[in-house]
Amino acid sequence: MSETTKTKAGISQAEAIDFVWREADVLDRADYQTWLKMWSKHGLYIIPINPDETDFENTLNITYDDAGMRRMRVDRLSGGFAISAAPAARTVRLLSRFVETDCGPETISLRAAFFLTEDKLGRQIQHTGTIEYDLIREGGALVMSKKVVRLINANGELNAISYLF
Amino acid sequence: MNEIKTDIQPDWSKQVDDDRIRTSMYKDPAIFDAEMEKIFGRTWVWVAHTSEVPDKGSFKTSHVGKQPVIVCRDRKGALHVLLNRCRHRGATVCEHTSGKTSSFQCPYHGWGYALDGSLRAIPYIDGYSEDFDKAEYGLKRLKVDVYNGMIFATFNPEAEPLEDFLGNAKVWIDLFMKQGAGYPVEVIGEHQFSFPGNWKIQLENTTDAYHFPVVHKTFLQSLDAEAADTFAFLEGDGYVEDLGNGHSVMVAMPEMVDLEEDLERPIPKRFEELAEILRETHEEEHVRRIVRAVGGCGFNLNLFPNAACSMAFFRILRPIQADETAIRHLAIGMQGGPKAANQMRLRLHEHFQGPMGFGSPDDAEVWERIQRGTDAGPDLDIMVNRGIGLQKPSENGLDVGDVTAETGMRSAYQMWKRMMSQ
Ligand code: FES
Ligand SMILES: [Fe+2]
Repeated sequence: MSETTKTKAGISQAEAIDFVWREADVLDRADYQTWLKMWSKHGLYIIPINPDETDFENTLNITYDDAGMRRMRVDRLSGGFAISAAPAARTVRLLSRFVETDCGPETISLRAAFFLTEDKLGRQIQHTGTIEYDLIREGGALVMSKKVVRLINANGELNAISYLF
Repeated sequence: MNEIKTDIQPDWSKQVDDDRIRTSMYKDPAIFDAEMEKIFGRTWVWVAHTSEVPDKGSFKTSHVGKQPVIVCRDRKGALHVLLNRCRHRGATVCEHTSGKTSSFQCPYHGWGYALDGSLRAIPYIDGYSEDFDKAEYGLKRLKVDVYNGMIFATFNPEAEPLEDFLGNAKVWIDLFMKQGAGYPVEVIGEHQFSFPGNWKIQLENTTDAYHFPVVHKTFLQSLDAEAADTFAFLEGDGYVEDLGNGHSVMVAMPEMVDLEEDLERPIPKRFEELAEILRETHEEEHVRRIVRAVGGCGFNLNLFPNAACSMAFFRILRPIQADETAIRHLAIGMQGGPKAANQMRLRLHEHFQGPMGFGSPDDAEVWERIQRGTDAGPDLDIMVNRGIGLQKPSENGLDVGDVTAETGMRSAYQMWKRMMSQ
């Protein structure tokens, strides 16, 4: 009871799920300019290597992106000069198994399972894992203050990824 | 008709000329099998860095060619490289990538091995007759040696001393390790990937400066003007030097060969913030040394057949089959060094390396293109003649070409030819 009330006062689970679904759709459509606007200025986009990592700053990751790195990454993927990303793979991703892990007056944290299929040159590859979202309300709209993508095979061999998780 | 059996070996030397190699070098499974025997089965092969097995009882699994091995330290701290194969009926005795242990126990019937490989325990030993001698059934041990933190192993008990094999490459390893800036160099993480192509395509690439502005255009575009200038090395006076035994060095930024030289040089803008943080705890000279180290070395050292000290990381290749190669890019840092400095090293590594780096994925793409492209024209050759006729001799009397020359590749292929003709 109290959980629901607390959430309702700030960001509801439904609103948060709607946001992360929209983000998934934005990424599948490679609409990266919109994606950049879905971030808080100090937000971090992290894909760790070690399965249980919490100290991202002091370990090697696949991405550890602040706003500057996100902007450069989008430029790289959109610019048409990256031979591994031109053409980029097409992707479809599904998000499910949402669990609310934390909430505050204007914040909410979710954990979700994702399953993504990419297709490039007729070759299909699946990626799956867990995504942790920290969402915050800024100027009326939800934005991400942190997104941690834990691929289940992040500490194994991973080849070129020409899109964003 | 009677089949005539002969012991005559194919003449592999015909695969390599001074200026070109046959396309079958990337394709032919028979060549690959011969390489595993004559090269990876005989020479020194990089297996680990000492920081990956820091303590007594530490172990790390690795490979020598296609063969899985365990690199470990025994109770006295001595290093061993053991075949990861039980001497009973062949199961691997260790499937963890790294860790600490006091022994290795086979999961099938429970034979137990000490950290030096010796067989210690056999369940229900009474089932063997009295002449069964445990001493004959230890894990097979390879010859092992270390140079400046790099652990090498070989199947060949007759192999020349590691220091002789490394030869002219040793001074470059020493220069590379200056990235510790007074702290021990430590492996602080790694990216792993594979590509559907021959291992020699990757071996070539480490000495190939020529591809950089083409393949790594988006990486260059993401740098500030000063850094982009540093990486515009094709216009500079870099060079590629044959170091003998198939080793070579590609010096892209000659001003970044010795990281302890000219420390008074202005600190590049992208390192100013780090320098400010370091000044709170370190003397100015050490600040400069650390900042310089964080930027990495200005050269790629290629060690035949499977390792490279590449600017700021170790690149280790592992041949899987003629058209499949696994690669590790190991990030290195300063053990016990300032956190801010190691963090910057991690971020720089992430920027270029890994499946979402701004560099590695594009390298892997062109290597795969080579494997695909060479399905066409099996009669055509792979050209490694760039720079021939323009080279000068080094102090060691070996070839030096300009930074874009294919001198390093020719060095590796001459070594290949020598080893494959034995
Ligand atoms: S295979 Fe190892 S104990 Fe039997
Ligand atoms: Fe490259």
